[in-house]
Amino acid sequence: MSFLLTCPHCGVREVADFAFGGEVSVRPRETPTFRELSRYNYFRRNVAGVQREWWYHRSGCRTWFQAERDTRTNVVLRVGLPGELGAELGVGP
Amino acid sequence: MPPKPGERIDRSTSVEFSFDGKKITAHEGDTVGSALYAAGQRTFSRSFKYHRRRGLMCCAGQCPNCLVAVDGAPGIRACTEPVREGARVEHMNARPSLGVDAMAITDAAGPFTPPGFYYKTFIRPRRLWPAYEWVLRHAAGLGRLPREQAERTWRTEYRRRHADVLVVGGGDAGLNAAIAAAELGADVVLADEGAELGGRLLWEGGHDHARKLADRARAAGVEILTSAPALAHFDGLVPVWQGDTLHQIRARHHVYATGAIEQPLVFPGNDLPGVMLSGGARRLLGRYGVRPGNRAVIVTASDRGIRTAIALREAGIEVPAVADLRAEPSRACSRLLSQGVAVLNGWTVVAARGRREVRAAVLAPVAAGESHGQDREVECDLVLVSGGDSPASALITQAGGRTEYDSARGYFRIAEVPPNVTVTGQVAGEGSFQTAQISGEHAGLQAAHALGLGDNRSRGRAQELRSRLAAADRGAEAVPPAEVPHAAGKAFACLCEDVTAKDIHRGIREGYDSIELCKRFTTVTMGPCQGRMCQLPSVRLMAQDTGQSLEQVGTTTARPPWSTVPIGALAGRPFEPAKRSSIHGRHRELGATVRWAGDWRRPYDYGDPEGEALAVHRSAGLIDVSTLGKLLVRGPEAGEFLDRLYPNRHSNLKPGRVRYGVLTSDAGRIMDDGTVTRVDEMSFYVTTTSSGAGAVEQWFSWWLADWGMDVHLADVTQAVSAVNLAGPRSREILTRLTDLDCSPEAFSYLDARHARVAGVPCLLLRIGFVGELGYEIHFPAAYGEDLWDAILEAGAGEDIRPFGLEPQRVLRLQKQHIIVGQDTDSESTPFGAAMPWAVKLDKEQAFIGKWALAHAAEHPATTALVGFTLDNGHVPTEGAVVLDTLGHAAGQVTSARSSRQLERVIGMAWVPAELAQAGAPITILDEGSRRSASVVTEPFHDPSGKLLRS
Ligand code: FES
Ligand SMILES: [Zn+2]
Repeated sequence: MSFLLTCPHCGVREVADFAFGGEVSVRPRETPTFRELSRYNYFRRNVAGVQREWWYHRSGCRTWFQAERDTRTNVVLRVGLPGELGAELGVGP
Repeated sequence: MPPKPGERIDRSTSVEFSFDGKKITAHEGDTVGSALYAAGQRTFSRSFKYHRRRGLMCCAGQCPNCLVAVDGAPGIRACTEPVREGARVEHMNARPSLGVDAMAITDAAGPFTPPGFYYKTFIRPRRLWPAYEWVLRHAAGLGRLPREQAERTWRTEYRRRHADVLVVGGGDAGLNAAIAAAELGADVVLADEGAELGGRLLWEGGHDHARKLADRARAAGVEILTSAPALAHFDGLVPVWQGDTLHQIRARHHVYATGAIEQPLVFPGNDLPGVMLSGGARRLLGRYGVRPGNRAVIVTASDRGIRTAIALREAGIEVPAVADLRAEPSRACSRLLSQGVAVLNGWTVVAARGRREVRAAVLAPVAAGESHGQDREVECDLVLVSGGDSPASALITQAGGRTEYDSARGYFRIAEVPPNVTVTGQVAGEGSFQTAQISGEHAGLQAAHALGLGDNRSRGRAQELRSRLAAADRGAEAVPPAEVPHAAGKAFACLCEDVTAKDIHRGIREGYDSIELCKRFTTVTMGPCQGRMCQLPSVRLMAQDTGQSLEQVGTTTARPPWSTVPIGALAGRPFEPAKRSSIHGRHRELGATVRWAGDWRRPYDYGDPEGEALAVHRSAGLIDVSTLGKLLVRGPEAGEFLDRLYPNRHSNLKPGRVRYGVLTSDAGRIMDDGTVTRVDEMSFYVTTTSSGAGAVEQWFSWWLADWGMDVHLADVTQAVSAVNLAGPRSREILTRLTDLDCSPEAFSYLDARHARVAGVPCLLLRIGFVGELGYEIHFPAAYGEDLWDAILEAGAGEDIRPFGLEPQRVLRLQKQHIIVGQDTDSESTPFGAAMPWAVKLDKEQAFIGKWALAHAAEHPATTALVGFTLDNGHVPTEGAVVLDTLGHAAGQVTSARSSRQLERVIGMAWVPAELAQAGAPITILDEGSRRSASVVTEPFHDPSGKLLRS
């Protein structure tokens, strides 16, 4: 597997430069029920389509950022530092 | 042959190599294949299944026929391998020799190995499969790897190249494309599998032209890679293999000028040495000055064969007959006729005769079918076949292109390409010299335009080229019949895997009537030629048998790699990064046994692990702990940040104090442990385990990114070295080196101090995991050896000793300090690991792991980590099973050592929760025998911690 990813700080790099952090999930704000906790810890949506996920520029600036990537084509639609991508998935510049 | 313009060889220098022990003399510039052919060698290999003789066929590295071993490396194509002085070339797949191959009996035995034979015959009885397999592996196969894996002398270099345009194929079209794109300012890479640019120009008389084009490309700034086959196209990446380098080329636009592959024809005897593709003969002649034969019969579906006939005659080779599959003579045919050559239009070859080599060709009209009244047998020593040019489209289809059967030309042409791909030259059906050139330049302009380069002039030029292309005459080609039903004998559809036309008929009869099924059943297209030579013939056969159109039959998917590549090139770098501390040189000098510890090379011991551990108890020891992960966490919210990460509290730590902390995941599982030191109000110094350093840094920065707190993180693992000075005399030794007041009152347990030690600025932590008074000293890595030497020198009078990892493990175990990852696994919580004190559930922060740990606190695990001791001297294996009272496996030993200091065997183990009490008897099942042990829940050594605090 190989594709390009744009680090918000360093620019375009091969994906091998980065570590994958999995899909972005929301940590419970209040004490969760045991069921909610298990869902948060162990369940992933694993979509075939555009997903928002974490990436870490391991061999570069060591920044965590988020990307919206189509898991079927590996086309990365947007990247941004946490909070920059807004609440809506797949909208924006 | 007399010298010819454009030949590749240098007649003034000779090179000597050996073939199966025989000395062969060649010219500089020869290939192993051309030199052997010139020396009279006709049989180059034995075939895969039937061990039939095979000779040079394409001379272009595209067929399976010339595979040899060079200096022990199998699978090298003789026809493209340059000669090297002293090279040892050997045949493959024939025993005892090429001339006499015992396995050739499989050829005579005939139906011994029809397709699917292995699948069906050797599968029962199952238990005999290993024996069958052994025999089959020797019967089949194309080479052998050396039994001993020699020390790898080469290694693959990887190179990533980002370019505007990648041109694959350096023939007329590819070169023109590269020049056009580069002249418009594109950053262009051109890769060609040949040693020299020019493609067929090189052996079809366009040598000077090729050289001029190559010079122009260079002048335009094109990066040129020769002897560099492109292997695949996927994920927008084209790996190009060149010598020892794998170029991973990512281009914004791709121009494929991969040319066409001259197709063989399927007829009995079509694999006899001496039956060659017309291009093969032209290469031998034009490039290497080697006479391919004396009397050549030519069979062709296009003008390509006619041009070959003309070239051969010019070289003084007799051409007694030319069979042209086309019914109508072309202009070139007429020219040849006027020279007195018998050109038989509408004729083909129906058999090649001969035993070791071809000695005659049987020609007949294409339309004649089974009635062979008009057969004409022509004596010859060469049959040159040109069954049409099939576009080399494999990489293009991998890139997402689509092919479509072109019934007028009899091959699959490229019908559609993705927007970032342009095809040009023969692969695009522009096969004549004029159109190749025009379409090449056009493709280059198109690629540049697609990237936003160019101007009105270049667009006008592209327009002009398009109209010239539209007006061009491309000449006629004939569609060869799938096979000519005629004389008996094996007619091969696939030379690599020895699949005959009959095999394919049989496969279809057995129901494998889709091309993909047929491929898997007969293995057609799965050999070294990767379908270059057999795809089209087998598709044609299938269409004929099933009554489908070729369109319906379709083609098999050409998967990577398209060209032969050593597995090692794909396996990644044979490269193990090693980390060494700044004191490593000293360890070596002191005679340390160095071993791997994660990525690190660390002293395991200095030759006397027991003595080293005893020194720590009796006097003093010094260990290099530079491998610890070290993080600086600073900022107004640093304390709050750590409180959210650790289950215990750090924000209330006073400056100059140290606290132990265990890190848990949100599932409450132990991830790592270490110490947290508050250096000052705003900054904390965090240590992690050696192996967890990278992961913890990543973990911290991840949550920091998510929470967006006012905290700065710096990983100083590499910049800071650390040693642990431990033992009852360590205070005296340290005092000699520093002005710091080291009295127990001024610098007590879990204190941290900044001070100079032997002049080196240090952060000293009064902690000790080895169970004695001790100081962990952190300092700039550059001073590593200085400080190490100074401490050993200062302690010489106390008999201080350096100690390694192994004695440290014993010392830690004596204190029941767990090692994360050794004594814990991904299921362990701090509660199970007997560290409830490291969790503060009453903390207000929703720290990582809080909810899961709250749940775990109320639902105790069924096993717990405890210490144990065993008195009969046996040290159980780590991993030995702990049995519950019923004798069922219920836990395991995670650490065990024999302690000289305590004079007993001690360890840690996960045991059933009800047995996790001091003195409880447990049974350990170790390699078949049961051992009784008893549980110890407090440190084996200095349980009260008096020594530690002294
Ligand atoms: S003759 Fe060498 S590959 Fe065909
Ligand atoms: Zn970066």
